[in-house]
Amino acid sequence: MSFKKRSPLPAQSRSLLELANGEHGVLERLDLPADVARRLMELGFLPGARVTAARSAPGGDPRVFRVDGVDIALRRETAAHLKLRAGLDPHA
Amino acid sequence: MSACHGCPASTTITPPSAASGKDGPAIVAIVGPPNSGKSTLFNRLTGLRQKVANYPGVTVERRMGVARMPSGREVSLLDLPGIYSLEPRSEDERVTVDVLRGRMPGVPVPEAILLILDSTNLSRNLALVAPVLALGLPTIVLLNMADDLRKRGGELHIGDLAHHLGAPVELISAVDGEGLGTVYQFLDGTVAIPASVQLPVLQNVPACRQWAAHVTGKSGYRAPAPPVWTHRLDGLFLHPVAGPLVFLLVVVAVFQSIFTAAVPMMDGVEALVEWSGRAVAGLLPDSAFRDLLIEGVWSGVGSVIVFLPQILLLFLFLGVLEDSGYLARAALIADRTMAKVGLQGKSFIPLLSAYACAVPAILSARTIENKRDRIATILIAPFMTCSARLPVYTLIIAAFLPERHLLGPFLGTRAGALLGLYVLGFLAAVATARLLKSSILKSERTPFMLELPPYRWPTLRSLGLRLADRSKVFLRRAGTVILGVAICLWVLSHLPLRDGHFVPIRESLAGAIGHTVEPLIQPLGFNWKIGIGLITSLAAREVIVGTLGAIYGIEGGDESSVGLQAALQQDLTLGGAVALLIFFAFAMQCMSTVAVVRRETGGWKYPLMQFLYMGALAYTGALAANLLITRWLA
Repeated sequence: MSFKKRSPLPAQSRSLLELANGEHGVLERLDLPADVARRLMELGFLPGARVTAARSAPGGDPRVFRVDGVDIALRRETAAHLKLRAGLDPHA
Repeated sequence: MSACHGCPASTTITPPSAASGKDGPAIVAIVGPPNSGKSTLFNRLTGLRQKVANYPGVTVERRMGVARMPSGREVSLLDLPGIYSLEPRSEDERVTVDVLRGRMPGVPVPEAILLILDSTNLSRNLALVAPVLALGLPTIVLLNMADDLRKRGGELHIGDLAHHLGAPVELISAVDGEGLGTVYQFLDGTVAIPASVQLPVLQNVPACRQWAAHVTGKSGYRAPAPPVWTHRLDGLFLHPVAGPLVFLLVVVAVFQSIFTAAVPMMDGVEALVEWSGRAVAGLLPDSAFRDLLIEGVWSGVGSVIVFLPQILLLFLFLGVLEDSGYLARAALIADRTMAKVGLQGKSFIPLLSAYACAVPAILSARTIENKRDRIATILIAPFMTCSARLPVYTLIIAAFLPERHLLGPFLGTRAGALLGLYVLGFLAAVATARLLKSSILKSERTPFMLELPPYRWPTLRSLGLRLADRSKVFLRRAGTVILGVAICLWVLSHLPLRDGHFVPIRESLAGAIGHTVEPLIQPLGFNWKIGIGLITSLAAREVIVGTLGAIYGIEGGDESSVGLQAALQQDLTLGGAVALLIFFAFAMQCMSTVAVVRRETGGWKYPLMQFLYMGALAYTGALAANLLITRWLA
């Protein structure tokens, strides 16, 4: 089971996990079941939204992300499925 | 609106005008996202004391109250759990949606809606406006936390916003009552309703959000500056090293102050109880009734009331943690530990509030989306050390443990022992969760999403109301359950009559009951008096203190009532005392909790299982403690 997860991802599909503290990116898609994706979108994680990585809990998981001026904590396992748009943030 | 041009499924809703009837609406629902201030507004308008705190998901049930308009008319208000949309994911959200759609049996369909939003995050909050307006009820949009918005330099034009939403809009501050005049006007049906507008496709979140962003832009909204202090404080509280350290310091300070700061107040209450008992005794002639009053009622109820200051102190600390917003951070820090036992960080909030009382904690488990996680949380919540255990713990600890410095002057042995018992309860909860989640309640992991609200100063009003409410609950219980037990116990411990005289307690009915269970509890180091206390404490844990107070009061006679601590020292060995502490840490001695678990899980299966499991754990734990300590001392 576990080696499956380690299969390398294509370089261009960065996820929220790859953001350093204070760094931001633009969300491209949510690779999650529809109901989970829906609630995340209601919380502000919409395709096109600018997400900034903030602090994490001691130990690195879960991590706080700032979207729409609100701090929301997600586990790494969830954040890994929120994919970022390649290239630079157009709004920066 | 332009953002929605070309959406074939978009709808135009014409809400019926609130002013169409001669009066305003009779039943009005308060709707909004979590932590937007619904309950604060509800309390303001109704004068009730619905619990509020600074984290999402405090209200998990509908609550009805009556608001009296300045015009004298009365309107029924419904406070509902927070929602992000009309697509519920958890039990508490389902309540709101069912009420709004008129599908909740026994709840009248609301005739109008107060939609309360957080003005400091407008565009994100406005997404809820479209589905709520589409319900077709007269709705006013209330932008709460106007004071916070202005303080941080934000602004907006409510006239423009009303025009683009097709609904009346007002900036309010539920905390200090700003803007409530318009709310009253709306409830009286005298607010002008703007022309209705075309709303976006409701099922489509991106479309709703796009529409919200568009409307926000049109209303001259300037977002407030980010909450700088919240980010600074999170820098400390979520720091990898400082964060857990601060948490530990806070906890130690709380426990130490329960033993030190509360003592003068407890002495005061105790003196008052003794003084009033003597005064009453002096007024009455020598009779069986006087004995009942002094030995039964005063010793029984009085010995429990003494613990009120400690309980209030605990609630004060919990109140500050909840109202400030720290609780959500604690849930974040705890998530990793919770994940290891198969639960999620969201379970941590009900568990933390179980330190006050398991009943509201079990209700607040409704915010957990996954049903099996929710049941697991309900089953482990009674292990958390609730405030009813506090009198039992502090009584026994003070009687058997001399006070010495443990960590310099910061932490004494007694506070340390109390802390240990709290940790023990938590470990039992966590171990049980692990057991449940790896067996009968196994489930897929649900994603954890937790909103961290900005820190806020707890208001004196809110803290004061909490303490007043808690005192009322505590004193009511002392005046009903404990009073009743004390009277029954006095009667049972004097009957049967022999030659027209009362028998000594040892030969009484109560004594007989105690002696019947004694063989069962003797291995734990308990005698028949403790046995009577264990039986009465099945109703509620702190009843054992009142029971022992009454038993010793009867034994000692009215004039020379032996102190409860001194009496316990004669009746329990050290092994028995520790065993009693362990028994109370694990056993489910609370009928209210059994009842609420039955209601929340919809049957007797889980409460019965929980009762037996906790009872077995309590018995074996106490047995092991007594055997080990007795052997070690020998």
